[in-house]
Amino acid sequence: MRTYIAKRLLLIIPTLLGAATLVFLIMRVIPGDVALLILGGDQGQIDQKQLDAMRRQLGLDQPLLVQFGTWLWGVVRFDFGKSLWTGQPVTEELLIRLPLSLQLAFMATMVSVMISIPLGMLAAVRQDSWVDYLIRVISIGGLAIPGFWVGILCILFLVIFFGWGPPLEFTPLWVNPWANFQIMVWPVLTVGYRYAAVTTRMTRSTVLEVLREDYIRTAWAKGLQGRAVVIRHALKNSMLPVITLIGTEFAFLIGGLVVTETVFTLNGVGRFVVDAVAHRDYPVVQALIFLIAFSFVIVNLLVDLTYAWFDPRIRYR
Amino acid sequence: MATNVELSHAAATPRLAPRLSFAEAIIKFARTKPIGAAGALIIVLMMVVAALAEVLAPFDPYRADYGLQFARPSFEHWFGTDEFGRDIMSRIIYGARIALFVGFTASFMGCTIGGLLGVISAYWGGKVDLFLERLMDILLAFPQLILALAIASILGPAVQNVVIAISIPIIPRAARVVRASALSVKENVYVEAVNALGASRPRVVLQHIVPNVMAPYIILLTAQLGAAILAEAALSYLGLGAAEPTPSWGLMLSGSALSYAEKAPWIALFPGIAISLGVFGFNLFGDSLRDALDPKLRKS
Repeated sequence: MRTYIAKRLLLIIPTLLGAATLVFLIMRVIPGDVALLILGGDQGQIDQKQLDAMRRQLGLDQPLLVQFGTWLWGVVRFDFGKSLWTGQPVTEELLIRLPLSLQLAFMATMVSVMISIPLGMLAAVRQDSWVDYLIRVISIGGLAIPGFWVGILCILFLVIFFGWGPPLEFTPLWVNPWANFQIMVWPVLTVGYRYAAVTTRMTRSTVLEVLREDYIRTAWAKGLQGRAVVIRHALKNSMLPVITLIGTEFAFLIGGLVVTETVFTLNGVGRFVVDAVAHRDYPVVQALIFLIAFSFVIVNLLVDLTYAWFDPRIRYR
Repeated sequence: MATNVELSHAAATPRLAPRLSFAEAIIKFARTKPIGAAGALIIVLMMVVAALAEVLAPFDPYRADYGLQFARPSFEHWFGTDEFGRDIMSRIIYGARIALFVGFTASFMGCTIGGLLGVISAYWGGKVDLFLERLMDILLAFPQLILALAIASILGPAVQNVVIAISIPIIPRAARVVRASALSVKENVYVEAVNALGASRPRVVLQHIVPNVMAPYIILLTAQLGAAILAEAALSYLGLGAAEPTPSWGLMLSGSALSYAEKAPWIALFPGIAISLGVFGFNLFGDSLRDALDPKLRKS
């Protein structure tokens, strides 16, 4: 196990380095002149002095390699410079918004697990019956409905029937749990249901695969009852892929956060990304895109390690 | 001796299933996979609507009429009008074109480039494989929507930029799946045989490997279609997709749509139904196709 962990840890270093390079390249080389874009781009009447000042502020007057070195050195120290919009350090701005997004992500995951595991199992056990069709149609339907539109529908409903207004201020859970719940319940359901649609489908197909395994056939052949086969043999063995899945669907979750926080005007990390893009706040965009990739890689690493912990076949390969 | 080999070979070959005509294949698919057929029906309907938009749309989707702002859904304007007095139904009908265009081009580009890279990676192996795999790992480190968002924000809001932004994140996903199946195809005896006969590398790849990885490629393509339409809607909603006044479904929901929630809820209602229905059709079809083509999921 120790060798496996060491191997996996070593493998993420080139990936993260590559991700940092890619973000750097996307932001500096492809777009042409970032400074020009920030100052208003295509209007054509930009003061040369202003342009030079902006270039200096962004470090764009330096040679590319020096810029790259500065960026990497910043990445290593988690120092991503200052936001062009607020003038605050990016890391500080991020830390303000992180608790909200983490809470939303955690609660949405809980909601989705509670919905998706029982439904996915049921669909697999009754493959090609009306129960399976119904669950599949509901989960495919859930995947088809854009997350932001579910948010919009929620708000339409709340506005029309309850005269709801967007929350003016976010109340953290530890300050006033009830006020926090009132703000978070709709976004959590919006993100969670979509996430559940993904996991239900995946649970169905993993359980289906497990049901085809030899040991399940043996269990049936031994004359075990249906319930014992499904719960003791199939469910236990398909939980592992489902755990993995909850981790790998992290990407879905982030996409969900971006649009849902925008719809509900919640000041979280997702909306921070959208706002930074809208304000052409490139240092922030660059930092956030990298940090999201970073956390995505770490989550995947943790998932792989859990997997190897439970399934010795993987770590000995 | 030679005849013996031939005979034993003939005896070992299982009888092939009778080849179905195209129409028969469709009927068989519809009977065994009713959900998939329903999906196909929605897709065909959407294509017809997009193709005949000029005929079907009752109004010009771009024409603003300030005397008709926020008209309720009625016999004249089935889905009502928006804040500029534009007919929402006409805009949704024209919007089908953008959704289909972005969906098809983005998933086709992404899956094809990714698929080719996957085949190259598997067939060449060695350093080429190592390099491409690392590159794909790096691209996979970014969640799909986030990478699309970053690319779209750099390229600026326009339909063709959205296509690029959506197709790039598909590439590593396609490469990974196709590489895995190309690796197992490569081990087949017939590939060894054509190699031994001295076939050139491009010939082996194009004539013997590519046709045999078409199943996962097609599954991926259909799966990504719905996802690409959703991504287009999300990017347009966030203001990074098509620019006003293009009738894009996501764009119709963005910005002011929610601020008229009380006055004109239909503005925020109907485009969402259109997106959901379209993506639903593609997902239903893709899901059944996967079930039909993937032997692992077939009912034994």
